[in-house]
Amino acid sequence: MSLATMTRRDWLLSERPQSRMQARLGRTYVTWRRFSVNRLALAGLAIILALLVVAALADVISPYSPVIGDLRGSRLLPPGPEHWLGTDGQGRDILSRLIHGSRLTLFVVVLVAIIAAPVGLLVGTVAGYAGGWTDAILMRMTDIFLAFPKLILALAFVAALGPGIENAVLAIAITSWPPYARIARAETMTVRNSDYIAAVRLMGASPLRIVILHIMPLCISSLIVRVTLDMAGIILTAAGLGFLGLGAQPPLPEWGAMIADGRRFILDQWWVAAAPGFAILIVSLGFNLLGDGLRDALDPRGGGQ
Amino acid sequence: MSTMLEVEDLSVSFPTRTGMIEAVRGISFSLGRERLGIVGESGSGKSQTGRAIMGLTPPNALISADRLEFDGIDLLNAPPQLRRDLRGNRIAMILQDPKYSLNPVMSIGRQIVETLRTHEDVGKAEARDRALAMLEAVQIRDSRRVYDLYPHEVSGGMGQRAMIAMMLIAGPELLIADEPTSALDVTVQLDILGILDRLVRERGMGLIFISHDLRLVSSFCDRVIVMYAGRIVEELPATELANAEHPYTRGLLNCMPEIGVGRHPLPVLDRRPEWAL
Amino acid sequence: MNSALSIDRLEVAYDHFRALKGVSLEVAAGESFGLVGESGSGKSTLLRAVAGLAPVIGGQITVNGEKLGNRRDKAFYRQVQMVFQDPYGSLHPRQTVDRLLLEPLVIHGFKDIEPRIIRALDEVGLGSGFRFRYSHQLSGGQRQRVAIARALILEPSILLLDEPTSALDASVQAEVLNLLEQVRRDHRLTFVMVSHDLAVITHMCDRLMVMQDGEEVERLSAPDLSARRVTKDYTRNLLVASEGFRRTA
Repeated sequence: MSLATMTRRDWLLSERPQSRMQARLGRTYVTWRRFSVNRLALAGLAIILALLVVAALADVISPYSPVIGDLRGSRLLPPGPEHWLGTDGQGRDILSRLIHGSRLTLFVVVLVAIIAAPVGLLVGTVAGYAGGWTDAILMRMTDIFLAFPKLILALAFVAALGPGIENAVLAIAITSWPPYARIARAETMTVRNSDYIAAVRLMGASPLRIVILHIMPLCISSLIVRVTLDMAGIILTAAGLGFLGLGAQPPLPEWGAMIADGRRFILDQWWVAAAPGFAILIVSLGFNLLGDGLRDALDPRGGGQ
Repeated sequence: MSTMLEVEDLSVSFPTRTGMIEAVRGISFSLGRERLGIVGESGSGKSQTGRAIMGLTPPNALISADRLEFDGIDLLNAPPQLRRDLRGNRIAMILQDPKYSLNPVMSIGRQIVETLRTHEDVGKAEARDRALAMLEAVQIRDSRRVYDLYPHEVSGGMGQRAMIAMMLIAGPELLIADEPTSALDVTVQLDILGILDRLVRERGMGLIFISHDLRLVSSFCDRVIVMYAGRIVEELPATELANAEHPYTRGLLNCMPEIGVGRHPLPVLDRRPEWAL
Repeated sequence: MNSALSIDRLEVAYDHFRALKGVSLEVAAGESFGLVGESGSGKSTLLRAVAGLAPVIGGQITVNGEKLGNRRDKAFYRQVQMVFQDPYGSLHPRQTVDRLLLEPLVIHGFKDIEPRIIRALDEVGLGSGFRFRYSHQLSGGQRQRVAIARALILEPSILLLDEPTSALDASVQAEVLNLLEQVRRDHRLTFVMVSHDLAVITHMCDRLMVMQDGEEVERLSAPDLSARRVTKDYTRNLLVASEGFRRTA
């Protein structure tokens, strides 16, 4: 059979891939098919993609400025044809603020994931593989972090570092790596005594090489799932810090801060707090659905076809 | 010899994303009060045959048969309640690894008692006595101690004995043993087979012994069915194994190393596509 | 005698369980030596101890004239390689065959990587069609061939085989045993092979040791065993058991 007569699907699902590239693409395709049969997961993915698009095109699609409002003519207007989601106490269009706020939300989520996940992964795999004293010390450190409620610890860090969105990100990252370390360690413990790791040791590989090249890839999928599921929590923590005035500072349109802002009018002008609340809800839901779908698609135990 | 189990044109297939996998493809056999061996390599459908008779086929599988009758009862169309009653009571099954088939959080004795009491209306004291007697019947010398042990506290051989005791307590008429000794050491293996052999003979049970080991099966059973790719390729009396006709059976017998017979290299099985037709 | 592997009163303990209680043996270069026993006899532990995968608490292992300490250096793994029992567990689930074979070459800084991988696959009868498959796309026998290719790619002189065929079907076992004999001839390898199956050991090995409870029961040559010239009851029991079931009553 010549390559030309093969469909792209056959090429991807080929039992005899001809190159590294084809093998990798084939595997990705199989994972995608497992993922895509799950409707809810696709809905989650759609929400997250929509969030990305909105954040990217915020300047183009937001009808008004997110920070400058019309204090005289349009304070606390209810939702209507002019302002779809109404305006807030300073006459700013809520929809525009939500649209621009998506950037901050993404900023927080992505940065926290980039900082916390690798730290957790490294700590967990090293502890799990090395065992003994290394394990004891690293894991007790993890336990100490886990012993505090996340928001309280984040509050303490922000109080020490000073308010601001960057510091909020840092504080959340510092408080969210321990569960990842736990997961990575547990995964490492299950594979460290397996024959295939023993085989790599017999190749003469150094412990560092084994951890990074052979153990970490096995932990990554469960970590991705966990991080995705945690995204909602991160958004909520960021919103909580914003709500307490310790996260993003005015006039930044951070969603949590927007709710805090709307608190004053919550009985008479409910939309001021409801709109960002709803946005948080939807995005959290999106991440949760995506995480659930990824868990099913990436589950190494379903590694066959 | 009266026929106990009648299987005609039994098929089991599993729908998967890439199409149907036909595990068993139209096999027929019958069983009296005898020891029947079903032999085949992995993927031959031997285990799925046992499971289909037992009613343990995964729910997503499709089973069809012209006839699947146990003692005149149509198993395929029997209501679930009736099948549950049959299972354990009149048909029992022993699996390869006792570790996975015994309940880890219940003592061995209690599991046997539970099994007995779900099938028969007996008092607690009597159930206990019968469980102890059963443990002795599978040659557990220290039956009172083992009665109170949990599955993880006993060795593989002991666990398999307990499993046999549990399966035979209700006095089934048909026993399906799926690789009952493959996870055990060779010397323990023979003890277990000895116990099975004695119980089956004394109680006049029918036995289906499923295994990958052609030699072992032929030394244990009266009749042997050889399966390949979901079909029966050959059926013959165990004593006639040396005169097997099908090239697959011969090849399978031939390719095992034998003590005192130096053949280098070993003859390998030349799989013909027509065997799988 | 030019000894490839010499073990002197080796002791291994896991926590407080003594898995190996002072076992000695000598394997000549080019010889094929078998270890037989039931589970818990310490036969696999012995192999793992040689490979540096078991906690040795006493005794001495000497490989090609060099005494081994507790740490194994890279050079050691150029001389000694191992094939594991369970072909489903000994290949990394997320790596292609190509990657599995590449790893040892990269670690040891080989330059001619392409031809070596191709040659290794050809040698075990897989061919390049299997090169970019993941292990879950392979059958048990194919996996074991990959494991053998991986063990041979560093051109060791001693191959440790831990029940290499016990998880395989009989017909596949024959193919793998034939392949092992073939590579042993081609590379003039020394084999130390563990199995619970007396027939497999007598087929593959020149000499063998029967083990029980972490100790030696007896040492035999393959012809002795074939002629049933055994001295210990335990060995005799194993021999009887390997012949299948016999009705007593």
